[in-house]
Order: sequence, then C-alpha cells, then structure tokens
Amino acid sequence: MTLLDVTPAPAPAAPRPGLAHRVRPFLPLVALVVLAILPYSTISLPGIFEGPVNSPGTLQLLAICLIFGGLAAGYDLLFGRTGMLSFGHALYFAAGVYGTDILITRAGLPLWQAALLTITGGTILAALLGAVALRTVGIAFAMVTLAFAQVGAILVARDFGGLTGGEEGLPLDVSGLPAGLVGVTNTVNLYWLALAYLTLVVFVVHRVSGSPTGRVLAGLRDDERRIGVLGLDPYRYKLVAFTLAGGLASTGGVVYVLIVGGASPHITSSELTLSLLVMVVLGGPGTRWGPVLGGVLYMYLDHRLTAFGTSDAVDNLPAVLSHPLSQPLFVLGTVFILAVYFFPGGLTSLAPRLTHLTRALKPQNTPR
Amino acid sequence: MGTVILLALTGLGLAALYFLVASGLSLVFGLADVLNFAHGLFLGVGAYGTWWAAGNLPGAGPDGFGFVFAVAFGVAAGTLVAILVELVLIRPLYSRTIEQVLVTVGLSLAGVALLQATWGADARPFPRPDWTRQVTGILGAQVPNGGLLLIIAAVLVLGAILAFLRWTRYGLVIRAGVENREMVTALGIDVRKAFTLVFAIGGAAAALAGALGGVYFGTVSPGQGSSLLIFAFIVVVIGGMGSVVGSAYAAVVVGLVQQFVNYYGTSGLGDICVVGLLAVVLLLRPQGIAGKVATA
Repeated sequence: MTLLDVTPAPAPAAPRPGLAHRVRPFLPLVALVVLAILPYSTISLPGIFEGPVNSPGTLQLLAICLIFGGLAAGYDLLFGRTGMLSFGHALYFAAGVYGTDILITRAGLPLWQAALLTITGGTILAALLGAVALRTVGIAFAMVTLAFAQVGAILVARDFGGLTGGEEGLPLDVSGLPAGLVGVTNTVNLYWLALAYLTLVVFVVHRVSGSPTGRVLAGLRDDERRIGVLGLDPYRYKLVAFTLAGGLASTGGVVYVLIVGGASPHITSSELTLSLLVMVVLGGPGTRWGPVLGGVLYMYLDHRLTAFGTSDAVDNLPAVLSHPLSQPLFVLGTVFILAVYFFPGGLTSLAPRLTHLTRALKPQNTPR
Repeated sequence: MGTVILLALTGLGLAALYFLVASGLSLVFGLADVLNFAHGLFLGVGAYGTWWAAGNLPGAGPDGFGFVFAVAFGVAAGTLVAILVELVLIRPLYSRTIEQVLVTVGLSLAGVALLQATWGADARPFPRPDWTRQVTGILGAQVPNGGLLLIIAAVLVLGAILAFLRWTRYGLVIRAGVENREMVTALGIDVRKAFTLVFAIGGAAAALAGALGGVYFGTVSPGQGSSLLIFAFIVVVIGGMGSVVGSAYAAVVVGLVQQFVNYYGTSGLGDICVVGLLAVVLLLRPQGIAGKVATA
C-alpha cells in the first residue's frame, strides 16, 4: 500500500444516518401494523370511502384491493423480475377461485381440504402448462399463455358437466364454512385474511428475489443467453418462477372467493391478466412495493371511478366528456398509456424523480 | 352430406373472418415486431363506423349501394384509426417491443371502453341488406349468404394483398423487411413508411372484418373484437408470423376444426381443440406452417 506512511486525513465525519434512514427498514412493518389495526378505527373519510373505515363495505373493498396487490406482486415475479410476458395469469387465479368454489359447493368438502386441494391443483396446473408454454420465448410465449387461459375461460363459460354455473357464475355455499368467515359482520376476518395473503406474497417474492435463484431470474430478464453460457438451464429456472407465481395466484383465488362469496366468469377473461399487467407497470415492475401499490390503487380506482362516473360532478359535464369518464377502463387505460410514455418506472420511480426535481428547483443558498 | 357441406361452408365463413383479422396482425408482427392488441379496436371501429354510417350518413343505408357506401365508410374509419395509432403511439417506441405491447394493451382497454361509453355495452342490431339474411342452396345445403359474402371478401382481400406484395415496390419493401429489417434499413430505405402502410392495410382488413362480421352475426357489440382477436392470434402463430399465405391456411384449418368439432362434439370443444392444435404446432414446428421462426 502506498498510503501507509501518509497520515490519514481526518475522515469526514460519517454522515449520521438521518431519522428517515433509520426508520426506513421498519416502515413495511409499521404499515402492516397500521393495516392490521385499521378495522378498529371508526374514522370516516368522505370522498375516499363511503362510510367509516370499519364498515363492512369499505373493509370488503380494502380486502379486494389487498388481494390484487398480492396478485400483482406475484405476477411481477414473472414480468418484472424474470422478464416473462405471460398473458395467461388469470387462469391460475381463476383456478383458485373456481376450484375452491366447486369443491365446497358441489363436492361439499370442508374449507381447509378444498383450499389445500385447490392450491396444490393450481400449482400443478401451472407447472404442466408452463412446461409446454416455456418451450417458446418472447411474444410467442405470450400468445401461448393467452391461448391456454382462453381454454379456461371457455371451460368456465360453457359449463361442462354443470360444474361452473356458466355465465351466471357459482355462488359459494357458505353452510359448511367456519362461522368466523361468514356473514357481513365478519368481513373484518376476511380483511385480515387478505392482509395475510398479501404479506405472504410479498414475503415469498422478497425471499425468492434475494436468493441465488432470484439472481438467476434477474439474469434471465437481462440476458438469457448469458445464463445459458454460464451453464445454467434457463428453462428450469423459468419453470420454477412460473409455477411459483401460478401457485401464489391460485392461493389468492382461494381468499378472493371467500371475500366475494362466489365465482363469476369475468375473472377468467384475458382482461384480468391485462389489468394485472397494467397494475405492475403503473406501480413499477421489478420493485418490491411498486406492484403492490399498483394493484391496490388500480382496484381502488376501478371501484371508485364507477361511483365517480355516476356522480353529479361528472354528469353535469357535456356528454362528450362525461360518457368516457364514466368508464373506469377508459380512464385507467389512458393513464396507463401515459405512464408507459412519461414515467416508465411506474409510481415508485416518481419519488426519486421528484427529489431530483425539487433539488433542481431549490434556490442555491451557497454564498457567491 | 348436406350437413357436411353446410358445416364446411360456415367453417370457411368463420375462417374468412379470422383471416381478415389475422392477415394484418401477421404482417404487422412480421415486419414491425409489434404484437398488436389494439387490432380488435380497429375491428370495432369498422363495425361501429358501418353501423353509424348506415343510420346517419346521407346516401348510406342498409341496402344496395348505400350499404356498400356504409361499409366503405367503416373501412375508411378503421384505416384512419390504424394510421393514427401507428403515427402517434407506436412510432415513438420502435424497437422497444415490450413498451409497444403495453401501449396497445392500454389502447385496447381504453378504446373498447370508449366504444362502450359512446354506444352502450349492449349488442345493437346491425343494418344489413335483406339478401344477406337469406340462404343459398349449394349441393343440398342451405348456406347463409352472410357467410358466403365473408368468404368472397376474404378471397378478394387475400388476392389483393398478395398482388400488392408481389408486384409493387412497397410490397417488395415489406417482403424484404419481414425477411431482414436491418438489411432493408442499411440499403437506405425508410422502412418506417412501410410500417405505417402495413398498419393501414391491417386496419382496413380488420375494419372490413368488423363490418362483414356484423352482417354475419347480425349484431355489433364493443367486446366483439377482443374475443375474435384471441383466435386471430392463434391463427397467426399456427400460420407463421409474417406470412399472409400461412395465415390463410391456418385460418381455414382453425375455422373448419372449430365448426366440425363444435357440431359433432360438445359445443365449446372445438375452441379447445384449436388451442390443442396450437400447442401441437408449437411443439413440433415452432415457426408455424410457413413463417419465420416465432421466437423473441
């Protein structure tokens, strides 16, 4: 070392980590606790929710938002972290929803057996279909997964064997369910269930992406050939990610069917997968919180914009404006297109960008 | 025998519809690498354009020459939308495939919602000439005229596209671009003009499919495009991306399989067989019947 005999200059005092920095690692925990005790508060937020926060309606909306936050995070394991553009993710979610519903309502199984069978079945389904679909890559992969999901939609809509209830859907038979999960007054338990699901997904995705496997997945996203050259089999790793994401999605389906109290055929449509994609891109693909945020926000807006669209403020606008604004998908689709152009990193990329902006705009107070 | 012929001809009618949608998709994908989810929107615009023109435009109507005029208006509207989409939304994102797919996804969501906002979610009765409601006896089968109209239109479009690709300068550029885009660019040809052109051709074909599909089904609804689009995607993959002739073969196979299996098996089984066919084709011959390799 050449610097041995040089007296070290007094190192600039290491900047004391600010409070924000020290608290940061605990923020998710704080958020979890806040979300967990939210049902105990009776605050009402007019304009944001109808009725107080702990009213069953609001809790159900929140629970659905949390489920879709989890689904989006699971989908991001494919899209944002591994770079696989799947258009068939709705299939595994729908498998969870319809599997649970059919096993409980038609076969009369208790909930835990139905849930276990469904999640196992959904995971196996994802593994089998993934094994076929992953023989293609890129856009062809997208189309194959789309086609597989379409088979699911057809099976549900055509109602083979009278299992799925066809167009009308299949209401869940609640008589065999645990009492704590049935009825309007117990919505809070379903809310906690949804929160637990979201936590599970975030935890799993976080652990996977931090593991050596996760690094291989990120490598696949960036340069698949390189991974092959390194002697690793891209096919296997992608299949693992695909299966895991499918399993997580069908778990979400199990919780969703309990919250909504039945299955309806629209969850099998390719539009659901497309909206998952929208959620992930809006939130920020490949980030830990972006997809969750995107999913929660998307579902919230999807529900609330319907109410907003029929409100007086919109109705009084001229028809040219009020009609499109009453379609949540129009608003969300437009926002999505703008997002692709103007903030490609999604919502999570906004914070650093805003910091840059404010720093640039701040008056320089260094003396001249 | 009559049943078989009827099924074959209605299957071909369906195939014609698929071909009209898939030919544009295939060209756009082959040349510009854009997986166009907004293609269903062009179809919707064509259908609603025709429907609107037949009711509101002077000189247009549900019959005779007025109907031709209405269809022409619908096709023009679809083409215009396709060109605008290419120029405004797709062009700034060339060579960024994923973003392009995302934009067309957003466009398909927003566009269908816009159609729905303007004309309602319910299916509307489609104006059609009386003769399309009747049937023609062919070899003992009573075939609906709407289906025959579709078949004739698809054959004409196939011929027109092939002639255009073979005998015009731009056709040459497009064929070369599908083969090797970098080389075309390196030769100093502005391949982006060709992109706009294939979007226009695809939009026109899809809009025609929308208008004639409206005649065939008798109704028009905002979601019609997206349900057809999935089968059109399947046709494109089976036929081979970038190959118009491959799309035609694949459309015929898919349409016939769907119609026959749906009739002789359970309803809905045909659709599933088609997806099975897709899986088999991809496993045995990933480049499709007649296309370049369908990878990346």
